[in-house]
Amino acid sequence: MAALRCPYGGGDPGRDRPKAPGLEVETLVGDAVVVSTVTSSLADVASSDAALRAFLHGLPGVDRVGADQRAAVLGTRSIKTTAKAAAIDLAISMVDLTTLEGADTAGKVRAMCAKAMRPGGDAPRVAAVCVYPDLVAVAVEALKGSGVRVASVATAFPSGRTSPEIKVSETGMAVAAGADEIDMVIDRGAFLSGRYMKVFEEIVAVKAACGDAHLKVILETGELATYDNVRRASWLAMLAGADFIKTSTGKVSPAATPSVTLIMLEAVRDFRAATGRQVGVKPAGGIRTTKDAIKNLVLVNETAGDDWLTPEWFRLGASSLLNDLLMQREKLATGRYAGPDHFTLD
Amino acid sequence: MSRLSVRKTYKLYIGGAFPRSESGRSYPVTSPKGDFLANASRASRKDARDAVVAARKAFPGWSGATPYNRGQVIYRVAEMLEGRRAQFAEELGGGKRAALEQVDATVDRLVWYAGWSDKIAAVHGAANPVAGPYFNLSSPEPTGVVAVVAPADPLLGLVSVVAPVIVTGNTCVVVASEPAPLAAITLAEVLATSDLPGGVVNVLTGRQAELAPWLAAHMDVNGLDLTGVGDEELALRCEQEAAENLKRVLRPVAEDWTADPGTGRMTRFLETKTVWHPVGI
Repeated sequence: MAALRCPYGGGDPGRDRPKAPGLEVETLVGDAVVVSTVTSSLADVASSDAALRAFLHGLPGVDRVGADQRAAVLGTRSIKTTAKAAAIDLAISMVDLTTLEGADTAGKVRAMCAKAMRPGGDAPRVAAVCVYPDLVAVAVEALKGSGVRVASVATAFPSGRTSPEIKVSETGMAVAAGADEIDMVIDRGAFLSGRYMKVFEEIVAVKAACGDAHLKVILETGELATYDNVRRASWLAMLAGADFIKTSTGKVSPAATPSVTLIMLEAVRDFRAATGRQVGVKPAGGIRTTKDAIKNLVLVNETAGDDWLTPEWFRLGASSLLNDLLMQREKLATGRYAGPDHFTLD
Repeated sequence: MSRLSVRKTYKLYIGGAFPRSESGRSYPVTSPKGDFLANASRASRKDARDAVVAARKAFPGWSGATPYNRGQVIYRVAEMLEGRRAQFAEELGGGKRAALEQVDATVDRLVWYAGWSDKIAAVHGAANPVAGPYFNLSSPEPTGVVAVVAPADPLLGLVSVVAPVIVTGNTCVVVASEPAPLAAITLAEVLATSDLPGGVVNVLTGRQAELAPWLAAHMDVNGLDLTGVGDEELALRCEQEAAENLKRVLRPVAEDWTADPGTGRMTRFLETKTVWHPVGI
């Protein structure tokens, strides 16, 4: 007799541990059985508002001090010379080059797309560009055939304060314009007031509107107040079908702190262990230096594992980070400190 | 019971703060006679990098301040230095009278450069006559971040190379004299308490041969003053490195610091901006 392999329960399924309500206890035959059991029961957790709430509140709490300390310790790794060069190139290939300003123009987006395809020297191209929905068509045109994906924010970014119909239709329009990825925001008001089902249903509806496009769900952790809420929101988004979970819009401070990224990486790791489905992570906002980017890569490797260490499963949402990465790359290549005068502004 | 004296730790001056060297290194400083005076920080290339970042950050504010305001701040530096005459005289060592004369000459040098801040544009700018209905105006503008290798003269020499660089609106990173860096750090204390924004002057102490090439090669440095470089080979190497991003370079020269300085040191780190403006509109 064994408990289900509860998230955060660790590796040994035979031990008694507190279980999340909504998950059934079954006889353990093999890992496959556990997975299928949990999958079916995870499908049930969203059957009613009460079941969903019971599941999310049944997730073990986050040890705030422990998470902060773990993230801080992982931030002290010294990555130098060839490892650093490899990390910089990997980080560049993971960048979602972003411009989300009211003052964005088609010209600015085209310039950014040119930089996304050829960041400079022999640096690899970035993973995607991220723009507002009305500029998706411009980006698609500029990036045609380059392999750089087009991501679009949708659902009344950044606040998400509009009716569900508008969120769905905005998503549909962005996909129709050619977006490969949709970055949606969750309804933080509903989440914080405990109406999890509303958040869940919105994500499901937007996911349906996405079609083949990947869905990134922005949790806006700066507004979620506690690490427990970050963990609940991560699970909620993954249960609802998110392909990626993303920390922040970049409009709220604090944004992607290492601790929050750590908690989300733990969530995707445990979600895959429970369901077999892999979900990506995208920290965004506040990552400005090469050092920050490399700390993030260390976090990924040490928390989720190197399965996530590819642009397909881990992204860095950033705008000014790319220049710093390129400057560090230049420093490694030439041996002289680089200056911002010699790199493009955006 | 006798009292234990509290001795000063000589640190670096970067971005308005006094950090120790990132490398944790230091080196002993001795008097000309060979007596131990103190340990000074031995800055590394990363300290130089941090100093350039601080200087770049301070540049918009300092170059954007009015020349009149910059002059006032430098005059204020002279005032504060005057108040510490005795301390500087003691640190310079040698004959007391000669040392006090040096400090006085330094104060006078600062006052002299402070006066130039709002006059240099009148002397080195121009309203150019052109064949057309245009005003054509040339005005001198600061070049940006300047790396300065200070000469051996610990106080007068140091101030004579730093003041002309900052009075026009540049910010700078100074590598203090290697054998006699203590006065430079005490001067930094004066700068830190005289309304000079943090980062406008950054003082590094340590090995000239270690720091100068990194500053000369740094792509975010716009000017290089090699006055204090005694080694010809090092000077040549620095000049070659500086060519990569076309820094304005002042080559090493032997100078008499008591002589009239002239405006050459200020104009070396100025760029001329010329604008055309239609007449009558």
